[in-house]
Amino acid sequence: MAVCGALVRSGRLSRPISGRNSAFIGSRFAVVKRLASALSYVPETAPSDFGETTKMNLFQSINSAMDVALANDPTAVIFGEDVAFGGVFRCTIGLADKYGKDRVFNTPLCEQGIAGFGIGMAVMGATAIAEIQFADYIFPAFDQIVNEAAKYRYRSGNLFDCGRLTMRAPCGAVGHGALYHSQSPEAFFAHVPGIKVVIPRGPIQAKGLLLACIKDDNPCIFLEPKILYRAAVEHVPVGDFSLPLSSAEVVVEGKDVTMVAWGTQVQVLREVCNMAQEKLGVSCELIDLRTIMPWDSETVIKSVNKTGRLLVAHEAPLTGGFAAEVASTVQSECFLHLEAPVERVCGYDTPFPHIFEPFYMPDKWRCFEAVKKLINY
Amino acid sequence: MEIYVNILKAPRNHVVELAKMAAVRSVFRVRSLMQQGFYGFYRNSASFAVRNVSIGSKISIAPGQKRQMSSQTLDLEEDKPQFPGSRSEFTKKLEFITPDVYNGIPVYRVLDRQGKIIEADQDPKLSKEAVYDMYHKMTLLNTMDRILYESQRQGRISFYMTNYGEEATHMGSAAALNPGDVVFGQYREAGVLMYRGFTLDQFMNQCYGNAEDAGRGRQMPVHYGSKELNFVTISSPLGTQMPQASGAAYALKRSGKRLCVICYFGDGAASEGDAHAAFNFAATLECPIIFFCRNNGYAISTPTSEQYRGDGIAARGPSYGMATLRVDGNDAFAVYNAVKAARELAVNENRPVLIEAMTYRIGHHSTSDDSTAYRSVDEVNYWDKQDHPIGRLRHYMVNQGWWDMEKEKAWMKQARNEVMQAFQRAEKKKKPPPSELFYDTYREMLPHLQQQREQMRKHVAQYPENYPLENFEKDRD
Repeated sequence: MAVCGALVRSGRLSRPISGRNSAFIGSRFAVVKRLASALSYVPETAPSDFGETTKMNLFQSINSAMDVALANDPTAVIFGEDVAFGGVFRCTIGLADKYGKDRVFNTPLCEQGIAGFGIGMAVMGATAIAEIQFADYIFPAFDQIVNEAAKYRYRSGNLFDCGRLTMRAPCGAVGHGALYHSQSPEAFFAHVPGIKVVIPRGPIQAKGLLLACIKDDNPCIFLEPKILYRAAVEHVPVGDFSLPLSSAEVVVEGKDVTMVAWGTQVQVLREVCNMAQEKLGVSCELIDLRTIMPWDSETVIKSVNKTGRLLVAHEAPLTGGFAAEVASTVQSECFLHLEAPVERVCGYDTPFPHIFEPFYMPDKWRCFEAVKKLINY
Repeated sequence: MEIYVNILKAPRNHVVELAKMAAVRSVFRVRSLMQQGFYGFYRNSASFAVRNVSIGSKISIAPGQKRQMSSQTLDLEEDKPQFPGSRSEFTKKLEFITPDVYNGIPVYRVLDRQGKIIEADQDPKLSKEAVYDMYHKMTLLNTMDRILYESQRQGRISFYMTNYGEEATHMGSAAALNPGDVVFGQYREAGVLMYRGFTLDQFMNQCYGNAEDAGRGRQMPVHYGSKELNFVTISSPLGTQMPQASGAAYALKRSGKRLCVICYFGDGAASEGDAHAAFNFAATLECPIIFFCRNNGYAISTPTSEQYRGDGIAARGPSYGMATLRVDGNDAFAVYNAVKAARELAVNENRPVLIEAMTYRIGHHSTSDDSTAYRSVDEVNYWDKQDHPIGRLRHYMVNQGWWDMEKEKAWMKQARNEVMQAFQRAEKKKKPPPSELFYDTYREMLPHLQQQREQMRKHVAQYPENYPLENFEKDRD
């Protein structure tokens, strides 16, 4: 955390990570082209009934969601480390000025305190939006989340609950984040009955899903793929709208192979869809899970019953990753429809490396190979 | 907001103009570098960054709230440390602060062991009814504890924790609060619930986990909760309630209700990281909360000498910036006065207060513990006989002429009858329907939980002989 602070203050972590030529850390080094699969974000269009839109990147759309939340709900507050000046990823820029220091405020550097404090506020009926600076640092809060937040309603016989709590954290690979600025911890939380885990794939999704989480009367963990903060730009509705939780979305329709992912990986698999069509004549159906827990198994099962082949991909390590849950459910529900064993393309079972990131990631070539395996089984 | 100023070259009033232009709402005095030589190391670099230094700027303070601003005057006239992190003096002496420099924080006491008020001006002058109320509830709690402890030994309930020796910490504090004040407890505060009106039936129903348990049979005994009485349901992990209590207090402050939170915890739980988090958040975010530590000398078998090396929990309060008091926890009036005063501070000034109530855990940690394994029976007897909170209050009442041995005998008989009747009622009731295990995981019933509930029902319907169905109410559908 101290290192991160230093990186942020020196302006390094806040440098734009754009698609192809992302500058290597520090402007004094020559610009190094990322040979590994550089991210290219394909913008989407918002449904027209969500009203007027404007161009926003991911952090702006999240900022907009919180702006709407605080405007509509006088009990809503945002807190965490460094949120008052705007946040290390600019997600809370302007909100302290607009809503006051009692509603958008810094806390001491203590994740277990942030989580506990947020739970307490929510128990009193206030809408608490807690920020954890990096998902990698959520673990001190694990006890509060697992033993308290998730179980509050159940253990009290519905006398008390902390449904008004939403915790947000940036997650996922960013190109140079290494062990402690790249993690995707969704699998840990998927294993806890009582909380919801949500991951958006872009700005429109982020705003709609975050607003849904804030309004949802269960404690929610909202993980934001940090590499998309600047890289993903879309025309996002400016008003109040939400997207449904526990509802997977078919992003690309197809008939030969079902692909399931969330967050940044959806963009990676989009490219794999194109590669499969061009090079193999294979039509892939791409599903964004959106909510990891409770997940929409019905959409996935329906798709696999149609295609007979499933690929699940995520950055988090293979063993015990959420792909295992999806694969297990699919083999149970779609056994007779399967044409090939389920393929999982994930991070390796190691801590997230620094210099070796290009080899570690479940990139489009590894995913493409998996598609070939599925087709040729 | 940052502004870059070339101090070496800029005249003083130019710097002030820059500051005004940069919308920094303050004026700071900077002496010429050359004269003072303070920023000597800047002679080589031609600029320094001035951050938002607020001196004399308006800071909004809630009504009645006093706040000590950290001094950030960059006044180079005086030779004081200018670090943003400290507000002190320089010293030439190399002298460690050693813990034994201080005597322990003294223990506030009102009633002596013979039940006499020591200083008349500390007498809370509670009415006869108020003192009766406290005494009746302390003894009723004690009676309920004995009967429920026994019932666990007989296999009727699965687990129990007694409150022996700590009754004054419960009643004294509860009596000083407003009924709307929110309570976050640990697990040895049943008396607070009893004081507020939790009935014997409600206590028993929770311990038996029967169909009338408000908690729906989901938790072990003594994990009470009551929305009506503003007592948040207990959980087993220690100390987790503490930062939650800070957050709840912050929400209460924002609501403008002029209520506070009281958070109970033990000497052991105070070692948890959550305790540190709670204190720090409450102090920095200015939360109206009373942190009430029941220092009863033991955390299961671990004595305080193995729990901490400093002067108990009270010594930690000032280091977080909290008003702190240590009090005799076996003295109901001292606890009452302490909490009353703490409440004033918390509600009127929106600040946390730490009270450490010194007491002794006369009973075992729980029915799963036999404390003779780690402490002497003599030690326990000493506290039971010489310094029992119930005894001290009884002496006071007898001294006032309000109580005598006849009344005592009659009341104890009545208390026992009431407890036994509630006990028998609770024991007869059935448990909730088995499908209750699936509800309230989320606010709404989810498809996968519905499927799992169906699987369970089908299985149990097929093999009912393997399940204790006769003790449970039937499922709703």
